[in-house]
Amino acid sequence: MYEYDSLDRQMLADRSAEFRGQVARRLAGELSEDQFKTLRLMNGLYLQLHAYMLRVAVPYGSMNPAQLRKLAWIARTYDKGYGHFTTRTNIQFHWIKLKDTPDILDELAKVDMHAIQTSGNCIRNTTTDPYAGATAEEIDDPRVWAEAIRQWSTFHPEFSFLPRKFKIAVTGAPKDRTAARVHDIGLVLKRDRAGALGFEVIVGGGMGRTPYIGPTVREFLPANRLVSYLEAILRVYNRHGRRDNIYKARIKILVSALGVEEFGRQVEAEWERIGQDAGEGGADLPDTELARIRAAFAATGFETLPARSEAFETARAGDPAFARFVRNNVKPHKIPGYAIVEVSLKAIGETPGDATAEQMEVVADVAERYGLGDIRVTHEQNLVLPHVKLDDLPVVWAALDAAGLATPNINLVSDIIACPGLDYCALANARAIPIAQHIAETFADPDRAEEVGELKIKISGCINACGHHHVGHIGILGVDKKGEEFYQLTLGGSGAEDASLGTILGPALPYDRVAGAVDTLVEVYLRERKDGERFLDTFRRTGVAPFKEAVYADAH
Amino acid sequence: MPTLIELTDSLARTADDGFTHVADDEDLAAGDVILSLARFETEGDALLSEGRRVGVRLRSDEEVEALAYDLPRISVVALEFPKYRDGRAYTNARLLRERFGFKGQVRAVGEVLREQAFFMLRCGFDAFEPADAASANEWQAALGRYRHVYQRAADGRTPAFLERE
Repeated sequence: MYEYDSLDRQMLADRSAEFRGQVARRLAGELSEDQFKTLRLMNGLYLQLHAYMLRVAVPYGSMNPAQLRKLAWIARTYDKGYGHFTTRTNIQFHWIKLKDTPDILDELAKVDMHAIQTSGNCIRNTTTDPYAGATAEEIDDPRVWAEAIRQWSTFHPEFSFLPRKFKIAVTGAPKDRTAARVHDIGLVLKRDRAGALGFEVIVGGGMGRTPYIGPTVREFLPANRLVSYLEAILRVYNRHGRRDNIYKARIKILVSALGVEEFGRQVEAEWERIGQDAGEGGADLPDTELARIRAAFAATGFETLPARSEAFETARAGDPAFARFVRNNVKPHKIPGYAIVEVSLKAIGETPGDATAEQMEVVADVAERYGLGDIRVTHEQNLVLPHVKLDDLPVVWAALDAAGLATPNINLVSDIIACPGLDYCALANARAIPIAQHIAETFADPDRAEEVGELKIKISGCINACGHHHVGHIGILGVDKKGEEFYQLTLGGSGAEDASLGTILGPALPYDRVAGAVDTLVEVYLRERKDGERFLDTFRRTGVAPFKEAVYADAH
Repeated sequence: MPTLIELTDSLARTADDGFTHVADDEDLAAGDVILSLARFETEGDALLSEGRRVGVRLRSDEEVEALAYDLPRISVVALEFPKYRDGRAYTNARLLRERFGFKGQVRAVGEVLREQAFFMLRCGFDAFEPADAASANEWQAALGRYRHVYQRAADGRTPAFLERE
């Protein structure tokens, strides 16, 4: 894992000191809330419905046990004993007092954490594959490049006041667990015919009011030219992105307005000039720095083990509950004798993505003892222990299960993404969390959930689409109809390598009909599906008609 | 009259502004003036031939490329921040320094707040008209807030990846 050196740490300390001064000026009345707003937003501090919310960055979703324990301590000391992991792989604390925030940032800095660029119209936390460094599928470790982007984008002097926020995802595996095609920039690592490493560069995907699957602007960018190419994209966007209308300010609107060919031409022209401007030093990271970063992610601490573990096989054969966990939450590792473990933050009836301080400490302890000290956050709001020995899986499962963290539902119907919704957020039209809870309770029977198989439900409380409803196999969008909460359902979306946007099912449904409608949709799928089809595959084959007919049957 | 803070040898000092901003609908002032791009294009040649120093003020939606051939004759390029959130002037400033090699003054005008000082410095600004009445001392503190930087930019500071070598 990448560890901060003294330079990284001094930058954090400088930031923390700056913010302490700004909060002091606000509390002394020298700054109005309006003036302070811009400053707090540069430090991840939002004013929500009931309190301040502090969003702490988890760069590319990677943490060590000391960091997770610090988050637990902050949850207990300054919040109500829990935190909320987000689709940007960050964590939010929803009940923060302004006067405490400088101390919280100092505490975070002690474990090399911060809230830098978790809000504002700047380059946000770069996300990557939670299985990075563990999956045999990957072409290269995407964390190397995510860390390079973290440094390049942190306090970038030219790109800290963009037309709108800017999100980058990097995946090293063809199976995309980052939703790269619905990001401002999606980077997909690949090799060319000569074996050289590079990226497919996708620009202008996104969700919100105007969803787009991002087009490919460059089929192959040599990997070591990444920073200068990003600089060119951001410069074209900074100059020409719309600033007159907040809803048309994302880069997707610029790419769509210019057309991908013209946008690509402008980027390539700017990239060439950037190379000329830079002269001999070049505009990219030197190989020495890339090598330094790469060395930090080298696989260390692995033992040479047989591919088969007797302890694991015996436990799996003897305990159906463990076997179910293994079927759903354990994924293959590239090193024999190891596995990837998904820690579910989607216990039935709980808030998706929430973890209590105690749960965070359990995960930290398990990671330290059995997981090579490595913890990941997924954009689907779960945690991952990427390096667990097969031999240790039974004891890891038992520890997670005792803490309510072993719900065997990864990628199943109750593994739901939901935004905070009207329970917390000032922008929301409708609640999202209780809808997720009702659906999960409807499918509480784990046999039935497994029978249904992979089904990604994503819920947003408003059109800003923080819950990614456009790319849900079933998407649910909260809308306001004359002061009442209604929900628009979409079917057939996907944020994976087969990315697509959902199709609207029909008229919005009232709050108390949503879980029942999902149940009906699942029944139609079970009736219509052919061998091996997921919900998404069946929908793509049959189209919306049979689903629509069933859900609106009683309206006829 | 806004205060002018100038940076010389990395020190921020309050300076007497030798230039007068002249709006498009105002009569021309005597001495050295800063004009809009449109006005510079019609009146610039005449003023320069009188021996005056002339600056040009660019709106955030105007691009420095429009000035490329005139830069050797221009003393000041004033880049506007109509709102602090409008970040286009940062790009204009970097291009002036890094692409066009402009050696004159690059001045930040408009909604110029000390929280932006560090970014402005890195992009090549060397003069500021603060909108928040910040003093030269406060400006100096803001400019020196960070001991290290991660990127190459127009200020020539050594980025972290080279400090580490």
